[in-house]
Amino acid sequence: MKKLLNTLYVTSQGTYLSKDGECVVVRAEDGVKRRFPVHVLDGIVCFGNVLCSPFLLGHCGEKGLAVSFLTERGRYLAGVRGPQSGNVLLRRAQYRLADEAEASSRLARAIIAGKIANSRAVLRRCLRDHRNRVDALAMNGAISMLDACAERLRHPVSLDEARGMEGQAANAYFAVFDNLILAEDRTFHFEGRNRRPPLDAVNCLLSFVYTLLAHDVRSALEAVGLDPQVGFLHRDRPGRPGLALDIMEEFRPFLADRLVLSLINRGEVRARGFVSKESGAVFMDEDTRKTVLTAWQKRKQEEVAHPFLKERISLGLAFHVQAQLMARAIRNDLDGYPPYFWR
Amino acid sequence: MLVLVSYDVSFEESGGKRRLRKIAKICENYGQRVQYSVFECVVDPAQWAHLRHNLLEAFDEDRDSLRFYFLGKNWQRRVEQHGAGVAYDPERDTLIL
Repeated sequence: MKKLLNTLYVTSQGTYLSKDGECVVVRAEDGVKRRFPVHVLDGIVCFGNVLCSPFLLGHCGEKGLAVSFLTERGRYLAGVRGPQSGNVLLRRAQYRLADEAEASSRLARAIIAGKIANSRAVLRRCLRDHRNRVDALAMNGAISMLDACAERLRHPVSLDEARGMEGQAANAYFAVFDNLILAEDRTFHFEGRNRRPPLDAVNCLLSFVYTLLAHDVRSALEAVGLDPQVGFLHRDRPGRPGLALDIMEEFRPFLADRLVLSLINRGEVRARGFVSKESGAVFMDEDTRKTVLTAWQKRKQEEVAHPFLKERISLGLAFHVQAQLMARAIRNDLDGYPPYFWR
Repeated sequence: MLVLVSYDVSFEESGGKRRLRKIAKICENYGQRVQYSVFECVVDPAQWAHLRHNLLEAFDEDRDSLRFYFLGKNWQRRVEQHGAGVAYDPERDTLIL
């Protein structure tokens, strides 16, 4: 069983990362030095002005550590991975399937079904726990909408239709998303999804957590030898990790969205942690970012029973398991791709 | 699993300092220094085999001493820290700098 390793997040500006023996040495601007053996890490995420020595990057590539570079605000810029690893045959099979309309739609349908089921579970749980504080009518409406979409996905539909279902489901889900925000603080108010740049605090948090999720899913895909760029639901576009976005879908509602919701509802993030710019864009400050990162790491350590494997794993390992299952589905060792169903 | 490595290197003849540096370097590659000659290494069995082999190669059997303490997988409840010097838990702590 693969062990869930730690991710090093570097948010201090002007930090320099270098290699010493088998260690990553982190030098802060004020001269403080920390060192971490490479084998306890499986990824490094650098925010903003963080320098990495070429030898460190080379070493990380060799050891299979993913290094991602993000802007200070969390937008993905670039990543450094080692030499293409894994199985050429697997990748070829992946490309072949992505070229087949029927097979692509089959996999995409499974992915969307997972996402819809998980969105529904998030809504239902909220309805159960806070029945008197939410607009139950609207929530039930959204839930039956999701049910209807899921039902239609059980029958073979074309990729475009499946994508339509996904859009409908996402609209229904986000239309009642504001109900899930129970904090008194009206800074946290959700009117609709917007990004690049996010225009309110909730969208800012969502975008940031999605970036973290993308980093982890992408690394998991590369670890099993799949090409993160070639997706089934998300079609090829230069620079876009299509398959990573595909696998992310099923994790968004219960992992990312719920993390954001609990940070808000528990008051762990506050209105003053966000700054808005003249352009209307909203960004979080450094402390808030650290709060989110800590919560993200903690969430990944939670143990869950995997619905398909019937085994207890930490949530962070679920990305790797799903990547492995996707590889099996592509190789035809499984009849289809079993998405992760949260309950 | 956590292995605690502690060592004592003799300075009686000239090679001592070199061996000390070398042993410290090997330990640093696998774990964190928690006290002057005490390292906590969170390793899997393969990594432990490497670490052990490298240490046994580097030390002088007649003069130095090496001690390994195996604290197993659930080591978090077997370790207590008081006073100065804070160690990080490579398995659970959030590494944000």
